[in-house]
Amino acid sequence: MAVPLAFLVAALVGIAIERSVIRFLYGRPLETLLATFGISLILQQLVRSIFSPLNRSVATPDWMSGTILLGPLEVTLNRLVIIGFCIAVFALLWLALQRTRLGLEVRAVAQNRAMAKAMGVRSARVDALTFGLGSGIAGVAGVALSQLTNVGPNLGQNYIVDSFMVVVFGGVGNLWGTMVAGLSLGVANKLLEPWSGAVLAKILVLVFLILFIQKRPRGLFPQRGRAAEV
Amino acid sequence: MRFPPWLLSDRAGLVLLAVLVVLGIGVPVFNLLVPPDHPLHLTAYTVTLLGKYLCYALLAVSIDLVWGYMGILSLGHAAFFALGGYCFGMYLMRQIGTRGVYGDPVLPDFMVFLNWRDLPWYWHGFDHFGFAALMVLAVPGLLAFVFGWFAFRSRVSGVYLSIITQALTYALMLAFFRNEMGFGGNNGLTDFKDVLGVPLHADGTRVVLFVLSALALAGGYLLCRWLVSTRMGRVLVAIRDSEDRARFLGYRVERVKALVFTLSAMLAGVAGALYVPQVGIINPGEFAPLNSIEAVIWVAVGGRGTLVGAVIGAVLVNYAKTWLTGALPEVWLFALGGLFVAVTVLLPYGLIGLLRRREKAA
Repeated sequence: MAVPLAFLVAALVGIAIERSVIRFLYGRPLETLLATFGISLILQQLVRSIFSPLNRSVATPDWMSGTILLGPLEVTLNRLVIIGFCIAVFALLWLALQRTRLGLEVRAVAQNRAMAKAMGVRSARVDALTFGLGSGIAGVAGVALSQLTNVGPNLGQNYIVDSFMVVVFGGVGNLWGTMVAGLSLGVANKLLEPWSGAVLAKILVLVFLILFIQKRPRGLFPQRGRAAEV
Repeated sequence: MRFPPWLLSDRAGLVLLAVLVVLGIGVPVFNLLVPPDHPLHLTAYTVTLLGKYLCYALLAVSIDLVWGYMGILSLGHAAFFALGGYCFGMYLMRQIGTRGVYGDPVLPDFMVFLNWRDLPWYWHGFDHFGFAALMVLAVPGLLAFVFGWFAFRSRVSGVYLSIITQALTYALMLAFFRNEMGFGGNNGLTDFKDVLGVPLHADGTRVVLFVLSALALAGGYLLCRWLVSTRMGRVLVAIRDSEDRARFLGYRVERVKALVFTLSAMLAGVAGALYVPQVGIINPGEFAPLNSIEAVIWVAVGGRGTLVGAVIGAVLVNYAKTWLTGALPEVWLFALGGLFVAVTVLLPYGLIGLLRRREKAA
């Protein structure tokens, strides 16, 4: 029940934000960055004022608690469920982008807005829905996270830099790139941790990314554009 | 005395300099010469607060130089500010001498606490004021140069650059939080006693620091204003408006960018160095990504690409922050977030842009 609700609420909030703010900022990516940051500050404070600044505990459903033995490994069930859940969401998103009319329109607008408009795609509507879809998925990710960490108004803040990094690493506009990047960064981080400590591992990953972006300024799987701009 | 033409045509800049001169003379007079029970007396608290605003203003000017004129949105400028602050903080730590809690003549308190025997190599030299002052410029400058050189050479630009500058400051924050780094970890550097042999908390020292901040801001402003009025300044604007075209015309875009980025980082470092003795503490929180983003908003509020706007924005927003966080702490984040949105959507050229539009209409 929580999952579709989270998707809907986050998607609606996303659409509202897109319509009221972001839509005036297309073509000015730097300003968009600032404006969305401002919105995130407002939302954080809203949660703090309406609910409370304290963390909430989220009950884990019975069927998700407990552990399972995989050979010599003992794996907690809720993490397995989350992994499966993420794969499912990813698959759904991929299907939505590849197989539905909206997905087609999204890709058309991303490639060539003017041409898509000329072919009768209502690009403003597509913008709003895409932003809503993205926000909704972020909301669903929040539900999954609630099983792993504390839920509080600051939950999102810890992940801003990380999620930026994943997108930068994978390349903008590429689902597979994002997936590969997210997994490899996460795994690298965890592999380094026992050797160097959690904080240093994070620093190493960040330093690696700063170096990586020198080699591939547009990420692992760049979108192809005009040669002069690459 | 004759003003050079680039300064004479800059009316807003002359007003700013005049205000700084008035402040630089007025604040010491009202703090030191007017007796404390007089209604016009300025308390030491106010002097320090004003000095803080001036340091923020210098940071804002340095951001405006790279963002407003060169189109590089750095979301990590607070890192350079904090590095400058740490360099000067290290000097102040060494000045404590035997007056620390543990009374070790060489090691700062937190190192004794961590059972360290020797001073780490990078702490050597910081007992000399001159060396520390040099480092205030050199450390942020060097980092910015190396970072900028690599980033600009491989043509990382736009949002990507903003994000990796943010990663830079985030990584530094995490690093400085670690005790093993030898910069005081979580607590940072604090409990400073004196600077150049003069007690730090005396009224006179505070006033001198304030005047120095005013001078630094004036100097930084003049330097930036001069730079953007030279041919080099034209190249900067060309890079901002069309980087590819500037490159095709034969300008070494990446060199210009790295150079100006370095200069800007050094200015930010100076601002940080003046900030630390006035607030009396520097800790890794100064590296927080939010700080850098807030500083960018000061510039946006005042109006980017104007330099004067950066100063106005920094002072106004920080004044609002001091007032709001005191009076209505709940509202501050709403106000700040709203400011982000309002400025980017409604006022792309900031307050200065608003004024200019008025002037044209009238």
